[in-house]
Amino acid sequence: MRRLLVLGGGTAGTMIVNKLRRRLPASEWEITVVDRDDDHRYQPGYLFLPFGTYSPDQVVRKRHAFIPDGVELVFGEIDRVDADSASVHLEDGRTLPYDYLVIATGTTPRPDQTPGMLGEQWRRSVFDFYSFEGASALAAALPAFDHGRLVVHITEMPIKCPVAPLEFAFLADSWLRDRGIRDRVELVYVTPLSGAFTQPIASQHLGDMLEERKILVESDFMVERVDNERKALVSYDEREVPFDLLVTIPLNMGADFVARSGLGDELNYVPVDKHTLQSTAHANVFAVGDASDIPASKAGSVAHFSVEIFVDNFLELIDGKPMTGAFDGHANCFVESGDGKGLLIDFNYDTQPLTGRYPLPVVGPMGLLKETRANHLGKLAFRWIYWNVLLPGRPLPLPALMSMAGKVVPADDAGGPRSAPPEEE
Amino acid sequence: MPVTTIDNRQVHVNEEGFLTDPAEWDEAMGKALASQIGIDLGDEHWKAIRFLREDFAARGETPTLRRVTVAGGIPTKQLFQLFPQKPAKKMAYVAGLPKPHGCV
Ligand SMILES: Cc1cc2nc3c(=O)[nH]c(=O)nc-3n(C[C@H](O)[C@H](O)[C@H](O)COP(=O)(O)OP(=O)(O)OC[C@H]3O[C@@H](n4cnc5c(N)ncnc54)[C@H](O)[C@@H]3O)c2cc1C
Repeated sequence: MRRLLVLGGGTAGTMIVNKLRRRLPASEWEITVVDRDDDHRYQPGYLFLPFGTYSPDQVVRKRHAFIPDGVELVFGEIDRVDADSASVHLEDGRTLPYDYLVIATGTTPRPDQTPGMLGEQWRRSVFDFYSFEGASALAAALPAFDHGRLVVHITEMPIKCPVAPLEFAFLADSWLRDRGIRDRVELVYVTPLSGAFTQPIASQHLGDMLEERKILVESDFMVERVDNERKALVSYDEREVPFDLLVTIPLNMGADFVARSGLGDELNYVPVDKHTLQSTAHANVFAVGDASDIPASKAGSVAHFSVEIFVDNFLELIDGKPMTGAFDGHANCFVESGDGKGLLIDFNYDTQPLTGRYPLPVVGPMGLLKETRANHLGKLAFRWIYWNVLLPGRPLPLPALMSMAGKVVPADDAGGPRSAPPEEE
Repeated sequence: MPVTTIDNRQVHVNEEGFLTDPAEWDEAMGKALASQIGIDLGDEHWKAIRFLREDFAARGETPTLRRVTVAGGIPTKQLFQLFPQKPAKKMAYVAGLPKPHGCV
């Protein structure tokens, strides 16, 4: 009997065990997945909880319901991977041996990593929406906010779903306008990046959208601490941004057991080959989803596309063949822009998000980097697709690798990342 | 790729002025690049720049600010004093390396 052990039964882990259980004979392969609890949360839904668009019960389902027959689901806190003896230790003392290991334990917001963030203002005037508890607490607090400075803040890149803070700012603007109090609120967007987003064309479009909405941008801001007494963010270069209500994205980090196991980088992400997701240190270890260090967005769509490549590669590997699939970093994200509209961005390691149209079977092409109602509906439809198509590992008619079809390529640009030289700024 | 003259030498740069061939760099070039952005390199600057060069040689990637702090042992606060406003970008520029691309 050979053993495949998957750590983390979230987006990537669940898809993997569903797909592989169908392709690996039960007489030869035992598949086990470990997670700490039985609540599978639809994290993209956290964006909508504070505004009351979704209720908590719409974003949580029982994890075991998505794990197929023939796969053992073990509940427990992972303590350590011992790669030399090919086994995993749980905190309760159990040991799980493996032939192949997939680390799919994602990334987690860590407010404890910034001095003062968990101070007396935490969940009073300082909130996050990247956790279920944070988004729920903000949903309870937001209705009482009717004037002052609302600051949306990113601590440090990379974060999962890098567009979510922008979406939050757009939705907050729209929500404040609906309540007729937009003019009583100063909306500020604070980012460690030099612009609205990481990639130049999208950054320009999204930056223009912030400006149109009179959302002030404080860029190149690396937070050092949160001053609870003065209710202000303080940067390393001693700038201050005061707030009445702070919605922050805390530092995102991979699981601590990754560091304890000696398998992580400085943010506990597992170094892997960016095309095969195979650990650079151990040939029988892979990291899939947010847990790896690949230079792609940490997003459910990336998890999905990379799982498709991983599964085929894995079957080759265990057959003693070379892995022929190469993941390209493909990401495809809907961006809520408020007022029932949204944008779509589609990109990979080499091609930044471009304008144009994204061909989709049945529903027709979607506008890229353009605010449309269809993109908003696409975002909402995604929740149904997540629970019913993605997690069960059913085929979705989207190509795993990015396609250039419909994209507008700037004349002097092959699509690579660009921005201004440091001396010009 | 455009070619430009820095420190009386021809080097290949991208449209942002970052060197595209790490092999065209030496410490004299680092000094010249630093002066282009108004920085006079002292011992503390060199500690950071040398860490960047060594880490790039070992891992094939420009280290992020966090990595310079955690693995290179230089506090973030100090990096902001040494390379004001945009330390990650400025250090990479002076070290003749690509911008760190941890941010996608
Ligand atoms: C606010 C928000 C909005 C988002 N919006 C979008 C979007 O619109 N589109 C999109 O594509 N993506 C979006 N995402 C990102 C998406 O949710 C993640 O990229 C995706 O869930 C990653 O999947 P994963 O399997 O790598 O990690 P996860 O799904 O997070 O799963 C990790 C699992 O590991 C378990 N685990 C971790 N550590 C341990 C341990 N020590 N012991 C036991 N179990 C452990 C956890 O319980 C969890 O179940 C959003 C995320 C957030 C927070």
